[in-house]
Amino acid sequence: MISDELVQLLTPEGERVSHPEYRSELGRDEILGFYRDMVIVRRLCNESTSLQRQGQLALWAPLQGQEAAQIGAGRALAPMDFSFPSYREHGVAWTRGVPPRDMLRIFRATTTGGWDPQQYRHSLPMVVLGDQTLHAVGYAMGIQRDGAEEAVMTFFGDGASSQGDVLESFVWAASFNAPVVFVLQNNQWAISEPTSLQTKIPLYHRAHGFGFPGVRVDGNDVLAMYEVAKRALDNARAGGGPTLIEAYTYRMGAHTTSDDPTRYRVDAEVEVWRHRDPIERVKALLAREFGVHKVTFDEVAAEAEQLALQLREDVLAMDAPDPTMMFDHVYAESHPLVEAGRREMIELGISGGH
Amino acid sequence: MTQQSMTMAKALNEGLRRAMEKDRKVLLMGEDIGKLGGVFRITDGLQKDFGEDRVIDAPLAESAIVGTSVGLAIRGYRTVVEIQFDGFVYPAFDQIVSQVAKLHKRSAGVYTMGLVIRLPFQGGIGAIEHHSESPEAYFVHTAGLRVVVCSTPNDAYWMIQQSVEHDDPIIFCEPKSRYWEKGEVDLDNPPYGLFDAVVRRPGTDVTVVAWGSMVKTALRAADVAAEEGVSLEVIDARSLSPLDLDTIATSVEKTGRLVVVQEAPPTASVGSEIVAAVTERCFYSLRAPGTRVSAYHVPYPPSRIEDAYRPSVDRVMDAIDRVMGYDQ
Repeated sequence: MISDELVQLLTPEGERVSHPEYRSELGRDEILGFYRDMVIVRRLCNESTSLQRQGQLALWAPLQGQEAAQIGAGRALAPMDFSFPSYREHGVAWTRGVPPRDMLRIFRATTTGGWDPQQYRHSLPMVVLGDQTLHAVGYAMGIQRDGAEEAVMTFFGDGASSQGDVLESFVWAASFNAPVVFVLQNNQWAISEPTSLQTKIPLYHRAHGFGFPGVRVDGNDVLAMYEVAKRALDNARAGGGPTLIEAYTYRMGAHTTSDDPTRYRVDAEVEVWRHRDPIERVKALLAREFGVHKVTFDEVAAEAEQLALQLREDVLAMDAPDPTMMFDHVYAESHPLVEAGRREMIELGISGGH
Repeated sequence: MTQQSMTMAKALNEGLRRAMEKDRKVLLMGEDIGKLGGVFRITDGLQKDFGEDRVIDAPLAESAIVGTSVGLAIRGYRTVVEIQFDGFVYPAFDQIVSQVAKLHKRSAGVYTMGLVIRLPFQGGIGAIEHHSESPEAYFVHTAGLRVVVCSTPNDAYWMIQQSVEHDDPIIFCEPKSRYWEKGEVDLDNPPYGLFDAVVRRPGTDVTVVAWGSMVKTALRAADVAAEEGVSLEVIDARSLSPLDLDTIATSVEKTGRLVVVQEAPPTASVGSEIVAAVTERCFYSLRAPGTRVSAYHVPYPPSRIEDAYRPSVDRVMDAIDRVMGYDQ
């Protein structure tokens, strides 16, 4: 159920709706930019699922259905802000400029990282649920000590909302008034467990108990996500402290390529959400309000197709690394056990890449 | 040379003060470390002098203390974390082994995890439960971490500064039963490298390796042994990851006998590692099996009976008798 507490600026049919606190004044180019972002990340995600099915990736965590939540939040970030994702935030990584091939390295299992997190100001995927929320708050405490006008955004899900680290991060953010925005993508399912198992109240209500504002947003409405995220970030940068944004959305696909959602949820539910698609509503708005023609949409689709082909080519070219890379960067300074391991591997000519 | 006599607690306090004076990016965070100065007073007066932004009284959640220190490290800060007691470190275990230990690797060296996690550890102070444990092996087992132990005021003063300056994450173990013993501190020059083992007492018959509280026990055993005509060489391991095996092996090649004394239980312990590594390296020098003197494989007992749990001079001597007996 989508409740009336939800901030929504664009209906699933692409009609604008007014909201007492938020309004979107974005023009054609910005909205078309969001549309392009969402089409591209969905297409790249589909390509990644195919690559996994074809044995080219160890795993993939699809984002279908959550494009608006991620693009809206990600595009609200200023260049100097820093973001701490979970493992499904390919859309946010895209907004930070992380090359898609680098996002896939960890899923190709050629690295445990993938990109330079300081270069893109976007941290590495986090698989242990909720750990990154504490890193985000700590980083925000660093911003305070530097006297910088920057903010931090961190992403987690309805499942991770039960993790102690997430709740501790709420305490810390409130106690230190840290410039951090928590983006909770409530996609209704934590693998097979429904949100009702994680909480008995709307998740955004939790923020009030910790002493900071919580907002529930239509996570499939990129305009609402952008406006709410932008205001929360501005507020954080101005010293107003943390905000919890619950992006109410849906995971259209499987949890990961190892999952089989038909075992725990019904098609009818998925169909309801298919009609709330985050991309179609923006397309309808662009066509009707800004007279964007089919040729433009076709150009976006063609660009996405080209990027998907490029991604496939890049992934297929990623070979197993030299096994001695496992000894690199374990420590900042030399450690005898690591060096002994490296020597042994080289002396015995141990290989093991596949 | 400027020498000053002080307790280990004071030496840590002075070492932290000097580290904070040298680098404004050094922060302290922990429970009750501000106005109170920590339950052991290690940070006494530091918040008054360096302010609340640098000496941070933390809400009571160990995982968050370590997790936010990771975020501060990503931002370029070096946080010295105080875990109030050894037995309270486990809520932070995930952040330590999954994040602190791995993020330098995962980021290909971009993230410097130069944080120090201070851990008042070991028993012998008559405390209630969860206040006397020896969890060092958990951290030694984890690649990406380093683990050091101070056992004298001079080491405490210098090793805490060396740890703060080091770019890898360091679990800094402090033997709380030694906090109040005085010793000479050289305020000018560090005595050793951070990861060096040190021969505290030279000897010829048995190499005894110990760390933290057990160094003193081993030295007392050496006095007793000397009266019986047995010469113990006592090595203070100081660093448990990495282990300074060169110093230990050099000694064992001379003595032919190894006894490791530790307050931790024996199974898969640092003592096990030292015995295994020395056996692999010094097999033909050994005249007796490497032997561990440990606590027992039981939870830390009520402290009224802790002296029966922690290795005593008598139990060390029993092990010395055993390793000396193989020649007969």
